[in-house]
Amino acid sequence: MTANSPAQAQQENAGPPKLEVSGITKLFPGVVANKDIDLDLHEGEILALLGENGAGKSTLMNIIYGLYQPTEGQILVDGSTVELHSPRDAIDLGIGMVHQHFQLVPVMSVVDNIMLGSESVDRGLLNREGVSSEIQELADRYNMPVDPNAVIEDLPVGVQQRVEILKALYRKADILILDEPTSVLTPQEIEGLFQVMELLRSQGKSIIFITHKLKEVLRIADRIAVLRRGEMVGEADPATVSQEDLAALMVGRKVTLEVEKEPASAGEVLLQIRDVMAFTDLGEPALRGVSLDVRAGEIVGVAGVQGNGQTELVEVVTGLRPATRGTVLINSVDMTNASPRRITEEGAICHVPEDRHMYGMVDAYSVADNLVLSSYYKRPFSSGLTMNEQAIAQHAEQLVAQFDVRTPSVRTSGASLSGGNQQKMVVAREFGRPIRLLIAAQPTRGIDVGSIEFIHSQIVDKRDEGVAVLLVSYELDEIMALSDRIAVMFHGQISAILPRSQATREKIGLLMAGVSAEDESTTG
Amino acid sequence: MATATSTTGIRRVLRALLIPLLALLSALLAGAVVMILSGDDPMAAYSGLFQGAFGDGKGWARTIRKTIPFVLTGLSVALAFKVSLFNIGASGQFVMGSVFAVAVGINFEGLPIFIHLPLALIAGIAGGMLWGAIPGILKVYTGAHEVIVTIMLNYVASLFGGWTVYAGGTQGQTPGPLWDRTAGAISETPDVLHSAQIPWLFGPPYRVHYGVFLALAAAILVWWLIFKTPLGFEMRTVGHNMRAARYAGIRVNFTIILTMALAGGLAGLAGGIETLGLNHKFAPEFGGAVGFDGITVALLGQTHPIGVLLAAFMFGALDGGAATMQFQSGVPADIIQIIQALVLAFVAAPLIIRMIFRLRQQTEQDAGSAVSTSWGGT
Repeated sequence: MTANSPAQAQQENAGPPKLEVSGITKLFPGVVANKDIDLDLHEGEILALLGENGAGKSTLMNIIYGLYQPTEGQILVDGSTVELHSPRDAIDLGIGMVHQHFQLVPVMSVVDNIMLGSESVDRGLLNREGVSSEIQELADRYNMPVDPNAVIEDLPVGVQQRVEILKALYRKADILILDEPTSVLTPQEIEGLFQVMELLRSQGKSIIFITHKLKEVLRIADRIAVLRRGEMVGEADPATVSQEDLAALMVGRKVTLEVEKEPASAGEVLLQIRDVMAFTDLGEPALRGVSLDVRAGEIVGVAGVQGNGQTELVEVVTGLRPATRGTVLINSVDMTNASPRRITEEGAICHVPEDRHMYGMVDAYSVADNLVLSSYYKRPFSSGLTMNEQAIAQHAEQLVAQFDVRTPSVRTSGASLSGGNQQKMVVAREFGRPIRLLIAAQPTRGIDVGSIEFIHSQIVDKRDEGVAVLLVSYELDEIMALSDRIAVMFHGQISAILPRSQATREKIGLLMAGVSAEDESTTG
Repeated sequence: MATATSTTGIRRVLRALLIPLLALLSALLAGAVVMILSGDDPMAAYSGLFQGAFGDGKGWARTIRKTIPFVLTGLSVALAFKVSLFNIGASGQFVMGSVFAVAVGINFEGLPIFIHLPLALIAGIAGGMLWGAIPGILKVYTGAHEVIVTIMLNYVASLFGGWTVYAGGTQGQTPGPLWDRTAGAISETPDVLHSAQIPWLFGPPYRVHYGVFLALAAAILVWWLIFKTPLGFEMRTVGHNMRAARYAGIRVNFTIILTMALAGGLAGLAGGIETLGLNHKFAPEFGGAVGFDGITVALLGQTHPIGVLLAAFMFGALDGGAATMQFQSGVPADIIQIIQALVLAFVAAPLIIRMIFRLRQQTEQDAGSAVSTSWGGT
């Protein structure tokens, strides 16, 4: 995998780097997003750009792709300075970008999507056949099979990503920027992507791979550049560096990557889900008969690719979405389709929601108000007629200190905190009261390693206090690190429940992709 | 520490006042341009306007008298706005409040004033609440947008009001139930009984009644409700983030209906106060233009109860001085309506104001961080 290092060294001597970024600074009002960044990328190289959320990775890439103009500094392609005023300029220079959120039109075919914006026209008509055969050629050459006539929305996420890469290649990109490409994929799909990336590298393409996942970086990168708070803090050689070193470089201090926990001592069943069915907002079946038990003092992790019903499962349990069939028992009381408040109060449950901006907080509210979002009506925060601002502020001061929420004051608006601190604020509110059942959906989504470490240890503490924990995460690493039992969700059903000791990444990955346990045992 | 917070408090108030004041200034300047184009003298006009509004006791009385309904309809729109509801129906709610209040006010002879008057006022509030609750209920249970429904209900209320005082036709059609039989062909109600009239604070020729205190009290009450009570917390949470409100266990549907009903009640109270305090009867022409102006007042007041008080006072002064302006300078009083409409345009489009006065975007920092987080993949 590092076989091309000599070739790379040769190129460094031979000519200028494919892409060179020199002294880039980008100021947003009040924020230094990038500060004096130097970076170079050689032909046939995979450069991993590692950093926490908010470190400035995406800003830097958007500058290279022409979406932002740098405040200072310059960009060189093939040794000559270039001005990038729009993505169009970047595309003309052979720079292609695959965004984390795909830029595809779901109802259009693969061909249409790929030629969108650079349509090939033959005597006034779209030349679909010509483009289609070109796509076929590219697909064969880079081993990315895809049906040019398929409609995007019918394709699995992994294939959609392929279409995005093909789109960039169709526009003659030599430099590919992949922004968090693995976040939507199953482990097997990730491996497939890496093989494609290796093939692209062997054919002379240069790739910038943006991620915050350390394992992936070590697996695929030729070179690693680490950004922290807008500054380039170091480069590393994947052959010699360890995950712990990378994490320390990313965060700026030593972090523990492994969650330390004792074996679980599970008690009585606190959450019992039986044959639950529910629909999505669009009226499509989301849950097709889900049954699951969570016991006191254990963490049950729900693994799965996003969009397989996990969101709806959490919403049904917490009373935010009606179950059309089945029952939810909390602490042996039937809570099927009870109101969220009754579930919170009688069930003594707390819910760290999947999307903090959508559910978990009110951006415009102060930290103090956000911290009483689910208890504002109780004493001492409210005495019937009026709210007690002093009690609310005191409560906030205490939780902010206890959960290490970094905020200038409890009067600061929730929106102005960093993502990690917003999440800590939500966790502080939910964990800061007596609970028996914890529903944590994506509890560490989009937050820094330091905060992840803290929230994980809080979850384990709750478990050790005898709280039943239902953990939903799209990050398999998180599920593996925390869970005592792992349930895999696929297509609205729990396809398997495994004790942690029997769960391997490979096994879970296959289940996430819809290969059932029996299939696996017959094939393997 | 204390001084630091108080100065930031003042700065916040100043910042909140900046756009409305500049909008008002821009509207007055634009009004001046219109006058110059039509060959009038804006200086004379505005001096007449000021004279008319604040020149003497009668001027002040006019201004205050006109301010009262603006306060209440402005509060009505502002309260709904806090819950992200757009109450375009203050006009219809005003009419319903008038009709209900008058219906009580012209009946029940012999009741003492301390029973009859509150009863009539409560009837006005109830009429408005009913007219506000309907769009709320329809929104919650059918998804009908409150803007459309409130606009439609304005017509219904206006026609309903007309029907109640319908004078009957030459072919002997049935007259309306509230029609004054002694009024001949005129469509109006009899005078409200003395026991249901709001007493004068300053009698004729000033004609300022005690309703001014009701309006002030309503502003304070709305402020207290929104910012100090758990119910207000629920309303604001629903307004900011409906999903977070559901997550927090707030009864979102109930809150929406209640808010629309309360907003309607405020506009209904405006109608009740106008009929019981000033007009002493209802006729179709005492309609709800003041309800539509409530939208402008609410926006000019930044949907804050205290801001609404100030904005209503501004509008009261404009209306109060209009006649004198026309008398003194010959500029038609209609120009005031143009100015009021321009105020709405400028307040509703603050970007224009920022452009004209080259103001720094106050939320620049938020905008910048929003951009960076949206690309940060959270």
